[in-house]
Amino acid sequence: MILLQLFISYLKIGFFGFGGGYAMLSLIQNEVVMQHAWMTNAEFADIVAVSQITPGPIAINSATYVGYTVGMQAGGTGMGILGALTATFAVCLPALTLMLLITRFFLKLRNNPIVEGAMQGMRPVVIGMIAAAALLLIFPHGSDPGEQNFIDAWSWLLFGGVFVGAWRKVNPIALIVLSAAAGIAIYY
Amino acid sequence: MRQLLTLFWSFFKIGLFTFGGGYAMIPLIRREVIDRRGWIAEREFLDLLTLAQSAPGPISLNTSVFVGYKMRGYSGAVASILGVVVPSFVIILLIALLFADIRYNPVVDAAFKGMRPAVVALIVVPVIALARGMHPLLYIVIGLTAVAVWYLGWSPVWILAGAAAAGILRALYRTRKEGGR
Repeated sequence: MILLQLFISYLKIGFFGFGGGYAMLSLIQNEVVMQHAWMTNAEFADIVAVSQITPGPIAINSATYVGYTVGMQAGGTGMGILGALTATFAVCLPALTLMLLITRFFLKLRNNPIVEGAMQGMRPVVIGMIAAAALLLIFPHGSDPGEQNFIDAWSWLLFGGVFVGAWRKVNPIALIVLSAAAGIAIYY
Repeated sequence: MRQLLTLFWSFFKIGLFTFGGGYAMIPLIRREVIDRRGWIAEREFLDLLTLAQSAPGPISLNTSVFVGYKMRGYSGAVASILGVVVPSFVIILLIALLFADIRYNPVVDAAFKGMRPAVVALIVVPVIALARGMHPLLYIVIGLTAVAVWYLGWSPVWILAGAAAAGILRALYRTRKEGGR
């Protein structure tokens, strides 16, 4: 029963989660904290914190974590793992099916003038949306110190270094690992 | 089978090193999918990002589905999406099972203080790279969208729908004009 509830909740989150990442947070919070009371707001904030230090989309991270926690409370570790699998599968399902439809449609009709017109309209807007994500990370809306990504001159130095590296097509994985090492050297 | 494994492995790496939200993995996707494997042409890249934005769900998932399907059909899409999901799934499960206190670890905290500005740089670079060579008027569209989403908090869905509608109207107007000649 709990597995079915998890499945439906995360199916909804996956289906209505337009705009990716942080836009999905309030949706997840609504399902998990408000609708089902699977956890408190403070526990939810903990999950967000864990998602920020683990790789991958926050929707997937939260699905796995919430699925595990809810399942475990209902029936131990085995049930927890089953819950994690269920919620993670559910949150991926809409993206998989809808994106398959869009991809098939696009690959068939990419030369259609209407489709090309729509793409032409959307292309600059998508670049603007990526720019907005960067702006939001540089200038967050909240003034909470925990939300700041740029905390001192070192931050800007790292930003500049990685910018030059990425521009020159240095392997992004190497840049991430190096900046983590620099962070430990500077702040630990 | 071999190509399915390559798809899985490429997206596994992308899933494993994507910190700070989907956009930070754009340089990684570009490197894997365009520079290393040549699965997608450079000029297709922006279309891929546009389609990934117009479906619900995390862009990394949507991107993996597009590339996987284009290369190997349905099984390719499944192999790629699994590649993105498996690293986060395993890591989160390990944290939930064993290291619930990891976020209070001072070494992890310091590493992330270093990685956060790096992630921002990884998002800024593709913005500039993708915008280069566009018509100058489109810079205004890019700028207005950025301000609307970042500062005014407009929903990206409506902006995308509006932009698609504007593009379609323009295409219809053009074909009509050509037809009348």
